Amino acid sequence: MALSTEEVRRIAALARLRLSPEEETRLAGELSAILDYVRQLEELDVSGVEPMTHALAAGETPFREDAVLPGLSPEEALANAPARAGTCFQVPRIIE
Amino acid sequence: MVKDWQLVVGLEVHAQLLTRSKIFCGCPTTFGAEPNTHVCPICLAMPGVLPALNRQVVEFAVRTGLALGCAIQEKSVFARKNYFYPDLPKGYQVSQYELPICLGGGVDFTLDGAERRVRLTRIHMEEDAGKSLHGVAADGSSGVDLNRAGVPLLEIVSEPDIRSVDEAVEYLKALRTVLMYLGVNDGNLEEGSFRCDANVSVMPVGSTVLGTRCELKNMNSFRFLRQAIEYEVRRQVEILEGGGKVVQETRLFDPQRGETRSMRSKEEAHDYRYFPEPDLPPVRVPASWIEEVRRRLPELPRARAARYQRELGLSAYDAAVLTAELGTAELFDAAVSARAGGAEAAKRIANLINGEVARIANEVVVAPAAGKLTPAALAGVARLAEAGTIGGPGVRQVIEQLFRDGGDPDAVVAARGLAQVSDGSAVEAAVDAVIAASPGEVERYRAGNQKLLGFLVGQVMKAMKGKGNPVVVNAVLKRKLEEGGA
Repeated sequence: MALSTEEVRRIAALARLRLSPEEETRLAGELSAILDYVRQLEELDVSGVEPMTHALAAGETPFREDAVLPGLSPEEALANAPARAGTCFQVPRIIE
Repeated sequence: MVKDWQLVVGLEVHAQLLTRSKIFCGCPTTFGAEPNTHVCPICLAMPGVLPALNRQVVEFAVRTGLALGCAIQEKSVFARKNYFYPDLPKGYQVSQYELPICLGGGVDFTLDGAERRVRLTRIHMEEDAGKSLHGVAADGSSGVDLNRAGVPLLEIVSEPDIRSVDEAVEYLKALRTVLMYLGVNDGNLEEGSFRCDANVSVMPVGSTVLGTRCELKNMNSFRFLRQAIEYEVRRQVEILEGGGKVVQETRLFDPQRGETRSMRSKEEAHDYRYFPEPDLPPVRVPASWIEEVRRRLPELPRARAARYQRELGLSAYDAAVLTAELGTAELFDAAVSARAGGAEAAKRIANLINGEVARIANEVVVAPAAGKLTPAALAGVARLAEAGTIGGPGVRQVIEQLFRDGGDPDAVVAARGLAQVSDGSAVEAAVDAVIAASPGEVERYRAGNQKLLGFLVGQVMKAMKGKGNPVVVNAVLKRKLEEGGA
């Protein structure tokens, strides 16, 4: 099944990717091929099989106890920030 | 006309859990810290980090689910909700989607004397996002504070069972009270630790087909919730009656203008591409754990109110007011046991809390239990009132001082001279003086003008500087007037 370039553009927008028209065409083909490959699984009858969410999910859930641990200082936290305002990460204006 | 339309509301509540640390890392959850001081590589979404689930979050979710009659799922799964926003460091929120921890259940409450139940769809666990701060720099750019990122939330989703604004408010109040009794949430709407989104639609009266809904956000008080829904109903009815169609969208409530407006930024965001969170294995809650949590459930507000009616003979109204806040109910219980009286003492203490204590608490805008009035002091005030040592005005003044400054009621009464005069001879002397000074009124009373008793009581009270025990004054005055007339 072929993915349309329209669908590729929508997926790209959701992923915040800007694609050239050539890339859209190429990716439509590549993504279609991937989907077709995975679609082979539809040949199997999995009715009555519980959907598997994780490969390693047997046994008890590992938990962390509710205790406060030391974190980072604001200086460390902001060390990679391209811009800062006080101890905030500075980002372009968010309009609501 | 709005009355030709039926309102339909479903509410989504986000309740911040009262854990010490965040849901997937050890950063603290306390409110109001300097920006980005409660952060670590995990909640900042540094590459290569892995989340570790806080056990207390799961326990709180189970506790809440049990209290609300939900079916606790022995296996639930975290999922990634993918979207981009500056306050969401990972580019996805870890939430639960197809397999939440709780299904079904409901919230019971009383509205206009009738029992109501709003069913729940589900309850799931998720992490909060960070916070955007506007106008932090001169160029108008925004700031991002990630202290809140990763704070644990329960999302509690109701069925669209709500049919009026009053019902929406009462549902929310009842749910908030339960969460506070459970000790899982502090119920603070203003600080945003108890948040509510409303899905609102209208349909013609008599219809069973739900209309197109809008999701309303940003109502941080019960009053704003009411305003937002009322505005939205009028807006939707106007559109439909004008032949238009309601567009499904997210709308932000503007408290300054009292109206809702479209959040365009959210329009495209509704494809969240959920998928199971690969970094967290499924959450398994063994039946033994569920039973242990069930055994430790506290007495819930409605059960407590029923007990007050059954065992202490309180009215449904008094019981409901006393149990609306856990602190108030605890103050009441402790004062009743300190007074060790029966139903009558309980009724007196209930009246004190719902009357004078509530009045002064309301004046200083805190909860009735937030003052310095201790249960023992409250029991003492009840004892003094019962013995006739202090009357209405004295009770008011003692409670006010104890609430503001604390202390012992006997000492306050003594220091401020609030005790009533119940002593027979002192009252008799005052009564005699008034009778002697008002021959005309006394004569007319004795001739049958009963209304003059009030005037004469007032004169005696005035002579006694308001400290006469009204019961004693009344009795002595009546006796003297009748004696003299014979």
